[in-house]
Amino acid sequence: MPGELLRVVTAGSVDDGKSTLVGRLLHDAKAVLADQLVAAEVASERRGYVGTDLALLVDGLRAEREQGITIDVAYRYFATSRRSFILADTPGHVQYTRNTVTGASTADVAVILVDARTGVVEQTKRHLAVVSLLRVSEIVLAVNKMDLVDFSERVFDDIVTDFASAAKTLDVPHFTPIPVAALNGDNVVEASAAMPWYGGDPLLAFLESVEPAKNPDLPARFPVQMVIRPQTADYPDYRGYAGRVEAGVLTRGDKVQVLPSGRFSVVAAIDTPSGELSAADAGRSVTIRLADDVDVSRGDLIVVAGDPAPIVTRELTATLCWLAEQPLVAGARYQLRHTTRDVLAVVDAVESKLDIATVTDRPATSLSLNDIGSARIRLAEPIIVDPYRLNRSTGAFLLVETSSGATVAAGLVR
Amino acid sequence: MTALLPSPSDRSDQLDRVWLTDLEDEAIHIIREVYGQFERPVLLFSGGKDSIVMAHLAMKAFWPARLPFPLMHVDTGQNFAEVLEFRDRKVAEWDAKLIVASVQSAIDSGRVTETPGQARNPLQTVPLLDGINENKFDAVLGGARRDEEKARAKERVFSVRDDFGQWDPRNKRPELWDLYNGRHRPGEHVRIFPLSNWTELDIWAYIEREGIEVPGIYFAHEREVVDRDGMLLAITEFTPPRAGETPRTETVRYRTVGDTTCTGAVASTAATVADIVIETAASTISERGATRADDRASEAAMEDRKRQGYF
Repeated sequence: MPGELLRVVTAGSVDDGKSTLVGRLLHDAKAVLADQLVAAEVASERRGYVGTDLALLVDGLRAEREQGITIDVAYRYFATSRRSFILADTPGHVQYTRNTVTGASTADVAVILVDARTGVVEQTKRHLAVVSLLRVSEIVLAVNKMDLVDFSERVFDDIVTDFASAAKTLDVPHFTPIPVAALNGDNVVEASAAMPWYGGDPLLAFLESVEPAKNPDLPARFPVQMVIRPQTADYPDYRGYAGRVEAGVLTRGDKVQVLPSGRFSVVAAIDTPSGELSAADAGRSVTIRLADDVDVSRGDLIVVAGDPAPIVTRELTATLCWLAEQPLVAGARYQLRHTTRDVLAVVDAVESKLDIATVTDRPATSLSLNDIGSARIRLAEPIIVDPYRLNRSTGAFLLVETSSGATVAAGLVR
Repeated sequence: MTALLPSPSDRSDQLDRVWLTDLEDEAIHIIREVYGQFERPVLLFSGGKDSIVMAHLAMKAFWPARLPFPLMHVDTGQNFAEVLEFRDRKVAEWDAKLIVASVQSAIDSGRVTETPGQARNPLQTVPLLDGINENKFDAVLGGARRDEEKARAKERVFSVRDDFGQWDPRNKRPELWDLYNGRHRPGEHVRIFPLSNWTELDIWAYIEREGIEVPGIYFAHEREVVDRDGMLLAITEFTPPRAGETPRTETVRYRTVGDTTCTGAVASTAATVADIVIETAASTISERGATRADDRASEAAMEDRKRQGYF
């Protein structure tokens, strides 16, 4: 249904022209306002560039503008008459995995950029591995700088073939290749006159019409964020459980189970300040009341009885994306953050890590910055999980350094 | 965003925009996480549209219970009287607790030094941090949006500040899924931005959909103004006309509400929220570029102020 919010992540190597593509997308979709454009023109002139460097529209931090690179994930917002977009622009160097993982974790669509002159490189495979690992449902291969290869269909086809072979290895079911020249805007918003052999949509038209996979058949998952007890004259005995429906649909009258205690009850009401709902689907922030006086608190998970049950466990095997400078070594202790629950965790063993060149796992005993690997984790208290491939919410967690509070890893339950 | 220019017949569609509900659900989820993860949160409230929307969302997040956080306003002492009146009326209506962190008191006590003729906005940082320290707040909810400015585009929803209230753009925590990490050391606090993903247009469309009251200076009214630094600046007791300036009466409104010395008006006849939605959709100048002198100082003006602990 157009009109909904579409979250897009862009990923590419250094100098693939990603900021230029994003700048072009915003510019041609008329999401760049006059004063921002003038500021970019002035800044381009000061740096002695010929023409306006559209990348300056998106590179916001001083160091980025000085070095002409993008350091951090930048969020961009634009809307067309068909849809509203949140675009996470992720940098292609140093902390590339960390940034791509961050951008991909919430994305419906990933746009992976490749320079037409260099084709699929190791970075491309890493980006593809990350977006497929994080279950981004739609992937676009944007072959950029087509103007520098004479808009050659053969060059484009060869790159698509290479990318398809990497996609096959990673079990990516499908992707959409688009040839573009971001500098001049070919196939970004307007169809390119220079590539009549390409019959598909320009990038923006694709983003406006793509329908990311939604799965209403997933079992309902409702992590409790807090208990609402007004204890006022108007609501003396009100007791509601506030949270967000993270998957599936919760319906009034559903027989539910509270985990980890395992007690059963029935959804008596789904409250919002604008009135009661008969049902709440994934994404809705609501407050539910139960028919029985059961003990429920922050960190509990409410599920529909009879649905495929999640796993209540104190041991996990997980894929970890390591995001910190200091490496992970077996035996280290962390705080593990999962849905609305915080528990102490010990990483018992690193089992393997992903070899990007071959896109296969190989044995490993530690993980360094930007590594993706598999580890066994033990917990001080149980958490309630689903495998990440089935549920992007109950399957995801963070590892947090206990003293500094730094987020050191993104975890995906196997 | 010209592409969104609605025709009058589209009005019902505007009101029902599905993504407003998505944004609302996200903000409520964030605000409830703040309650779940922190001991002493505070909500910054200036009487400006973004902080009004944030307060409205916070009210919804805890309904039917009362707002469990106090409000704090960093008052430059040169604010629009209408906005202060609105602030106090709302605080009374919500039966909320308001803490005023005063720039004037900080000047009087010598904590900050005013540069004559310069706007007081940069001086807000010290009273803000003093207010946070005195009250031992560990989470500070602000209405900043990523679409406002390039440095804010890279801000996190949960953004840790060190003992000195400083922001280090090179050392930000990665923020994944909707898992927000509020862990911090004693003395540190976390700035929380529930409206990160909202645009100016979303704010107005939501104000329209929810029927939220905003101060009158957002609507077209007649005011004595002068042209200064390419902006229409109101003549007030804090901003008298300078030599050579001739005040004139114009029909104007405000797109942002800072203090009188740094916030310019725009010529507009928009008299209702619906008019403002249409005007915002059709605008070709960003709100800060149009009316905020404080952001024009340099290409990286906002980043420099944020590093030092600004909002």
